[in-house]
Amino acid sequence: MIVSQFLVLASLLFSLGVYGLLVRRNAVTVLLAVELMLAGVNINFIAFESVIRDSLASGQIFTIFVLTIAAAEVGIGLGIVLLIFRNRATGNVDELDLMKW
Amino acid sequence: MTFGDWISEPTNWAFLVMAIPLVLAAWRVVTSRNVVHAALSLVFALAASAGLFILLGAEFVAWVLVLVYIGAVIVLFLFGIMITRAPIGMEAELSHAKRWPAALAALSIFTTTSWLSVDAFGTTEIVDVGVPTSTEVLGRGLLGQFVLPFEAVGFLLLAALIGGVTLARRDDNPAEEEARLAAEETEAKP
Repeated sequence: MIVSQFLVLASLLFSLGVYGLLVRRNAVTVLLAVELMLAGVNINFIAFESVIRDSLASGQIFTIFVLTIAAAEVGIGLGIVLLIFRNRATGNVDELDLMKW
Repeated sequence: MTFGDWISEPTNWAFLVMAIPLVLAAWRVVTSRNVVHAALSLVFALAASAGLFILLGAEFVAWVLVLVYIGAVIVLFLFGIMITRAPIGMEAELSHAKRWPAALAALSIFTTTSWLSVDAFGTTEIVDVGVPTSTEVLGRGLLGQFVLPFEAVGFLLLAALIGGVTLARRDDNPAEEEARLAAEETEAKP
């Protein structure tokens, strides 16, 4: 195995996430696309770690940090989506134009 | 290295077996017209990436991914879908009608990042494939060299927990709450 195949796969996953982030209207599906981008980044971390193989396994430790922060992000993000849905009765991000002039 | 050399390695077969479903599931996540199907495709994509982690020797991280994501985060997503009454079932309005700018942005990001990484790393081989990193190394790293970011992440999770509760609670205005209680009292008096 070469490292480039993992890097190309990770960038494909990341760009699919970017596509979903830009094209989706529903806020929950936007968050799903963000998860996809984070999965691409995690694959990058693990692939580099398996090449470098440092004694601390820093790549894997940072993947754990990314997972933790992503879990926190999903919790807060869904809380915000819930609140917006309760106040504005919509889950679509393009209808939230209160701060646009 | 030719493609024939590449495909003759058995580990690359394992890679393809996980990478192709991963990309297909990721495609379903961003294009599916059904929100629940998109969330369940994300389960599939994350399971495939956990398989890739095992292939690269990151066993502990792979199982953390399965536990935290497939176990907890997806359940949270499904709750979010159900609570916000996001259209369950076919829904044409889930994505914007105009898709080419997003596709252009995604394509340019893909070409740039993949070209740069292939240019920089070329055919760097991954040696000792499948040799797992012991969990002891990770534990010693997390509570040794990386103890400060570890504590910071723990604090962040606590803050996210409190923030999530505060956001999602049906927060009655304290003044309104007092007025309501007073009204109930006066009602109960006679």
